[in-house]
Amino acid sequence: MAIAEFFQHLMNGLTLGGIYALIALGYTMVYGILKFINFAHGDVLMAGAFIGLFVFDWLRGSAPSGVWTIISFFLAMIVSMGLSALLGMFIERVAYKPLRNATRLAPLLSAIGVSFILSNGAAWAFGTRSRKFNYPFDNTPIHIGEVVITPHQILILVVSLIMMIGLKLFVDRTRMGKAMRATSLDQSTAMLMGVNVNKVISLTFAIGSALAAVGGILIALDFKVYASMGTMTGLKAFVAAVLGGIGNISGAMFGGILLGILETFGVAVFGIPTGLKDTIAFGVLIIILLIRPEGLFGKVEKEKV
Amino acid sequence: MTLLETEKLTRAYGGVVAVNKVDFDVEEGLITGLIGPNGAGKTTLFNNITGLDAPTHGRVLFEGKDITGAPAHKICRMGIARTFQNIRLFRELTVVENVMIGRHFKTGKSETKGRFLNAIGSYVHLRQEEEEIYERSCQWLEFFDMEGMKDELAKNLPYGKQRELEIARALATDPKLLFLDEPAAGMNPQETDHLMAIIRKIRDLDITVVLIEHDMKLVMSICDAITVLNYGMKLAQGTPLEIRRNQDVIEAYLGKEDA
Amino acid sequence: MFNFFLLILIYTGIYALMALGQNVITGYGGMLSLTQAGFFAIGSYATAILATRYGWSFWATLPVAAILSAFFGLLIGLPTLRLKGDYLAIATLGFGEIVRNVLNNWDSLTNGPMGIQKIPMITIFGFVINPYKKYAFLVILSIAVFVAYLLFQRLARSRMGRALAAVREDEIAAQSMGINVTKYKVYAFILGASVAGVAGSFQAAFTLSVSPGTYTFMVSVMVLCMVVLGGMGNFKASILGAFIIQLISYLPQLTGLTAVIPPQFKQILFGLILVIMMIWRPQGLLGRERIDYTKGGKR
Repeated sequence: MAIAEFFQHLMNGLTLGGIYALIALGYTMVYGILKFINFAHGDVLMAGAFIGLFVFDWLRGSAPSGVWTIISFFLAMIVSMGLSALLGMFIERVAYKPLRNATRLAPLLSAIGVSFILSNGAAWAFGTRSRKFNYPFDNTPIHIGEVVITPHQILILVVSLIMMIGLKLFVDRTRMGKAMRATSLDQSTAMLMGVNVNKVISLTFAIGSALAAVGGILIALDFKVYASMGTMTGLKAFVAAVLGGIGNISGAMFGGILLGILETFGVAVFGIPTGLKDTIAFGVLIIILLIRPEGLFGKVEKEKV
Repeated sequence: MTLLETEKLTRAYGGVVAVNKVDFDVEEGLITGLIGPNGAGKTTLFNNITGLDAPTHGRVLFEGKDITGAPAHKICRMGIARTFQNIRLFRELTVVENVMIGRHFKTGKSETKGRFLNAIGSYVHLRQEEEEIYERSCQWLEFFDMEGMKDELAKNLPYGKQRELEIARALATDPKLLFLDEPAAGMNPQETDHLMAIIRKIRDLDITVVLIEHDMKLVMSICDAITVLNYGMKLAQGTPLEIRRNQDVIEAYLGKEDA
Repeated sequence: MFNFFLLILIYTGIYALMALGQNVITGYGGMLSLTQAGFFAIGSYATAILATRYGWSFWATLPVAAILSAFFGLLIGLPTLRLKGDYLAIATLGFGEIVRNVLNNWDSLTNGPMGIQKIPMITIFGFVINPYKKYAFLVILSIAVFVAYLLFQRLARSRMGRALAAVREDEIAAQSMGINVTKYKVYAFILGASVAGVAGSFQAAFTLSVSPGTYTFMVSVMVLCMVVLGGMGNFKASILGAFIIQLISYLPQLTGLTAVIPPQFKQILFGLILVIMMIWRPQGLLGRERIDYTKGGKR
């Protein structure tokens, strides 16, 4: 394999992985704090993509592409982040909060219910056909030596990088971030220390959902927007979160990128048929769960007797 | 006769050595107390003996047989039962069902038949088996004066009764050796007195008892032998009188707590 | 209309079998498995392939379907049982998707997305149960459901059922009571899978054709919904749940409002049922079955 070809696949893997990472963050943050998998996360991503699509089309109107189109794209992304954050908080408030002291199966079942309501509700409201996200700018590939890169890929990389750095700074440097980390370590102690745990949990869902919305919009640029788009993407992002060590923010970023690269190389280099591309993620999941269930960067959690 | 002994039992978690080369002996028929400050490694030692955790070094011998690292359910079947520091009842099951689970492996085992035939046998002789299990379980509840509560859900019992139910459940496995991890924790003085009477009754059934306890009044009055752990190591071993006079123990533990 | 009602009852029966299995795994064992559709598919395809290619009778394919599904239950059970609840859910969901992927792609065996048609009808004592004899099919199916119910009920009331309940409540305490936790979890998976395989056989023999599109994640969620709605840990409730969920599924046709009610109506309702039940009635309509031990004895 030529060096150029290698870089080409790496580039493709990185962009795919960046998106997985953004979505994986939502799973991992919620798991870190509530210790449960938010099954509906993938569907929030779908909602985010739809909101982005509608707002973008509305703002852009029929104006020819230009600066305004790019501005409307980013405006649409911000609106979508905001609305998805509200949606995430709403879901938490209605479907998960009443179950905090229930058995461990209860929030999981409730989450599956929410996921079903969202994806089928979207199919009802917006129809089952898939829609194309209009390009905010010219997507003519750029050649750097032999490596081809599209402006979208640059957009995806830049946006996901900014989001991840922003999140990392938020969690590590701010008071609220500290409260978040404290809550994830020990909820009741955090509460006794004066942390408003309810607020922290709401915020966690808000941030996770906003990031998922960005992920949804970015993935929609290259694929399509449809009601069930969240399921498979969500599952893969979950695998990424497990790969990095669920509950670990840096782990989720790394896991996402690693999974993106594995998928790209799996198909392009190791000749796994495209039809079975989705199986790669599940294979990775099963292998990681068998040999290192705590993930690459996770801590072993042993139940105290 | 020594019923159980550990040889240089060590459990390290990374760099932290929770239990360090402990030789712990349990004489048959006695009540042995295991005491020591918080974090001394008492519960870790229990877990390593009862199969919930495996030692990094050393051996556990039960009736002269090496049982080091055997899984918990096998160790239970050999005749070692236990209770837990933070009560672990089957909360959504009734009191009598909790005890009945203790009888689980005591029924439907015929040595002459294979596992499969035994399973089928259980299925066919369901009523007989269940009746047998139920009656034995009720007897254990009577032992604890808990007959009247047998259809309550375990989670609805008062705290002291939950602790006793855990002991009843452990006894239902017909153990030779019973480990009690802080049985009096959270009990009021009356409940503690009741518990002490129960523990003596258990010993009178020829069941050897080992208990971890912080209540010195209880330990000193019912234990026949005491082992003291400190920082994961064995500090002393002897009769209550010897332990009370042991200078190391007084310094490390009793002296600070309530001389 | 009568025929339509028969159809609902038949689907109630097929799904009740799966729900009984899910109840063993989730209601008794406390493990969230999301793969009844996978075992259902394996059972259906076993019957379809053996009957169309090798001319086996339905009755001969039935045990093969059960055993094959049970084998896959064991296969997925063994490695994943070490996983905590949430991971198990995802891993089993993945398994279901893999099964569908394989059915879609293994053309030589499964005929891909087209599926297999012309599955022979059930014959019993020379009596052929053709699609016009729905009542006869229903009778046979009901017997199967009843037998499965009796077997499971008896199991649940034995010490094995109690051991499984102990594993659900507290694995560490169960281990310390001499219960081999892994063994019981695998048992639950094997039982749950085998009965779903049987359901698959009946499905194939009823519709007389199979295709991968039938065995989606939706099926698994429906089955889960039945168990949750009826009440976890109660086999009667699973059958009741199956009936209610099937009734809801066919509500548009029953009320003649197919034009008004959107096709996603039932899925949205299933989602709502899961959320609402968890919040307001987590024990389900009937609640967990309590065993009266004093009645079991002769006293």
